[in-house]
Amino acid sequence: MRPGSIEEASVAMRELGAAGRAMRVRGGGTKRGWTSVACEVELETSGLAEIVEHNEGDFTAVVQAGVRLAAAQAQFARAGQMLALDPPLSGDGGEPAATIGGVVATADSGPLRHRYGGVRDLVLGVTVVLSDGTVAKAGGRVIKNVAGYDLGKLFAGSHGTLGLIASVSLRLHPLPATHATVQAQGDDAAALAGAAARLAALPLEADCLDLSWAGGTGSLLMRYSGPTAAARAGETTVFLGELGLADADVTEDDDALWATQRAAQRRDDGGVVVKVSAPPSQTGAVLAAVEALGGQVVSRPALGLAWVSLAPDDDLGERVERLRAALAGAALTVQDGAAHVAARWPAPAPAALQVMQRIKARFDPARICAPGTFVGGS
Amino acid sequence: MDSGARGSTRDLRTLVARMRQIVGDGWVYTDAHELRTYESDGLLQYHAVPAAAVLPGSAQETAAVVRACAEAGVPWVARGAGSGLSGGALPVPDGVLIVMSRMKRILDVDLENQRVCVEPGVTNASVSAAVAPGFFYPPDPSSQIVCSIGGNVAENSGGAHCFKYGFTTNYVTGLELVLPDGELVQIGGKALDPPGYDLLGAFVGSEGTLGVATKVWLRIVPSPETVRTLVAFFDSTRDAGQAVSEIVQAGIVPGAIEMMDQLAIEAAEPMARAGFPVGRRAALLVELDGAARECETRFEEVTAICARCGSDDVRVARDSAERDRFWKARKAAFPAMGRISPNYFVQDGVIPRTKLPEVLARIEQLAGEYGLIVANVFHAGDGNLHPLVCFDSMIDGQAQAAEELSGKILEACLAVGGSITGEHGVGVDKKKHMPKMFSEPDLDCFQRLRCAFDPQGLANPTKVMPTPRLCGEVPGPYRQHPLEAAGLAERF
Ligand SMILES: Cc1cc2nc3c(=O)[nH]c(=O)nc-3n(C[C@H](O)[C@H](O)[C@H](O)COP(=O)(O)OP(=O)(O)OC[C@H]3O[C@@H](n4cnc5c(N)ncnc54)[C@H](O)[C@@H]3O)c2cc1C
Repeated sequence: MRPGSIEEASVAMRELGAAGRAMRVRGGGTKRGWTSVACEVELETSGLAEIVEHNEGDFTAVVQAGVRLAAAQAQFARAGQMLALDPPLSGDGGEPAATIGGVVATADSGPLRHRYGGVRDLVLGVTVVLSDGTVAKAGGRVIKNVAGYDLGKLFAGSHGTLGLIASVSLRLHPLPATHATVQAQGDDAAALAGAAARLAALPLEADCLDLSWAGGTGSLLMRYSGPTAAARAGETTVFLGELGLADADVTEDDDALWATQRAAQRRDDGGVVVKVSAPPSQTGAVLAAVEALGGQVVSRPALGLAWVSLAPDDDLGERVERLRAALAGAALTVQDGAAHVAARWPAPAPAALQVMQRIKARFDPARICAPGTFVGGS
Repeated sequence: MDSGARGSTRDLRTLVARMRQIVGDGWVYTDAHELRTYESDGLLQYHAVPAAAVLPGSAQETAAVVRACAEAGVPWVARGAGSGLSGGALPVPDGVLIVMSRMKRILDVDLENQRVCVEPGVTNASVSAAVAPGFFYPPDPSSQIVCSIGGNVAENSGGAHCFKYGFTTNYVTGLELVLPDGELVQIGGKALDPPGYDLLGAFVGSEGTLGVATKVWLRIVPSPETVRTLVAFFDSTRDAGQAVSEIVQAGIVPGAIEMMDQLAIEAAEPMARAGFPVGRRAALLVELDGAARECETRFEEVTAICARCGSDDVRVARDSAERDRFWKARKAAFPAMGRISPNYFVQDGVIPRTKLPEVLARIEQLAGEYGLIVANVFHAGDGNLHPLVCFDSMIDGQAQAAEELSGKILEACLAVGGSITGEHGVGVDKKKHMPKMFSEPDLDCFQRLRCAFDPQGLANPTKVMPTPRLCGEVPGPYRQHPLEAAGLAERF
């Protein structure tokens, strides 16, 4: 099923709803491994592929769900702008097929979240289509607005379980012309995490701060942008030296480094990627747990988010549970490789789950939107 | 709604007695003179007397009070400091006002995780004070000395620094809530991205209609290394607006960028004595903060842009005393209006930044048509206008004309793709404008969220929505999906 307009999507949703046919939205198809539940109908968004507005002077855009993020970025870049969202665009390092709709629906993020926030912080408004055919919008097209409920946030990260996100309005940012990255290596996970925490407590205004760790060694990466990027990166190497990370170096040709960080958030070889969400001070514990388990990890230490990647193995489900046990208090969600793990989602508090179920019942009364893909079993 | 059908006087008496048991006799007010304090919020033209005001001392007491209201079918309104400017905390007659001012403990200052956990009655300013000097809490409404974090959460408040730093919603990482049925629930905490729907995002900005926040976890950020401030004067607001555009286009993100027009300068200067030249058409206050090196470089660029856009008078604050004077002039604009006009309305509309000249011209034209004076102060970076509509309530019909003109200004904002409110909220004051911004299906969709939280319609019932709406039953009994029957999935 491939509606060519929001009106067509409305008709399609209404008919599916009336017939009680379970449906799932398909954008670029890059995250199919994030759920193991099959749906009768796939609604493709490739027919909703228009960049409806790009208001250059206002740094805003309205983009339909099926537009590829890469294509939108290319258009914004021509005006010296960007959408400050840089999640991995494919699961297999192949075509960068991820769409705006898919990225918003999964609230996926990349290294830029350090400075600019996540999907929820960049979506100004949404137009959604519900399972009774209702087409509704919330939010607006200006960067400041408090009229009405912020349904953009509710739908961001809802994994298609509330309805179809048909288009979104977005805040854009200036595309930096220059970058520089400091990189330091180390084989002491606690020291790396400690250094990252020290950096995160300083008013450095870096674009990105990442850690990576695998097989007993890791690195810390910090990226600056703007006219003084290289000089600030240089100052950071000195600071890292004082913290015992002696041979940090600076590179201005750093795109590949960050592409590697993003790619490490994905896996398509039968392994599993688990997103960890924890208080930032847990970063050291996350690295240690991964080391004990024999996996690899990309961490955003100032955010408390990490992507743990486990190679294919007979007992992936059991290893994920071991990780959950080691990181009690953190929320662990399986992304790639959901089929190998029984419990994809962590359990939310029962009272919160009840509210979520009531929201689901109101927004998707026909209960056709991606049943079985969300939290609570769900 | 029909308060008559809701609890009779006898029921209310029972409810009041029950609330006294919950919070203690001294914390339930029912006398007219005690209730007077709570008749209005910051928007004084609306007032209503609740049946009772109750001041719970804990989350458990709040939950018990809300549960008692739910069981009695009596509507309630939460109130923070009562500084709201849209009538959000206006009581419902015959309802209960739940005043959060006793709950003002800072529960946890966790600098390592850059989080603070507070009770809702804590003032905005005391959060930054608790984490200074290394850190600060960026959302800084001008009312920050009095307004409460609970009110900030409900209104998604912003401030002069939100163009760079974002709004309340970008800083709330956890909430403890009392739902309208009296259930106490925690969502999120210190970690980002709690599993499931973004209930934090849905709750922040919901204006007290989805529940009462009893605990709030906030993200704080490292204090900037440097702050540099300048004010530039221009011959037209158009030139000043052009400077704003060029600054942003250059990739510079000022901590604050505020504009005042001629009338606002004229009103503020005698009060602030900042040395602003009366007679200039526009003043642009630009503040850069952040890493010292970056700030210095960028500050030179900003100075050059202002000059290039026609400013022949750029003044850089030499020290913090001068910086404070510049800000005093900006902040004096509101109270100073009181000197040049007996009364005024503060409007709060948003436009795409590039439409500034067009909308200002339209406001001037409207002011002319109504024979009223409108001064303009705004957060120029994010296009949030605060036109001050001056009038004299002693002159017959002027208040009404000013009210009408205020409404027309919002329509001008909407005509260019803007919003009817950037920070003050809809409350009771702007609900009539909601249908101009949102269609019937949009409003219906909002109502779905509200009903998910509050099917009885008791939480701040007369706010936000233009017309009262009831919640239907959730359609049909719960049907098990075949996937669930097959044991492949549960529930959703
Ligand atoms: C001089 C002045 C300047 C101002 N400047 C700004 C500004 O720069 N930016 C800005 O955004 N606003 C500004 N405001 C508006 C106002 O201060 C904010 O909206 C503030 O957040 C209100 O907080 P409060 O504690 O006074 O809330 P109240 O006015 O008491 O209540 C506001 C709303 O919040 C709800 N509420 C309160 N507490 C809770 C709770 N614990 N749980 C759930 N709901 C709750 C109420 O029901 C009501 O709907 C200004 C107001 C004044 C008077």
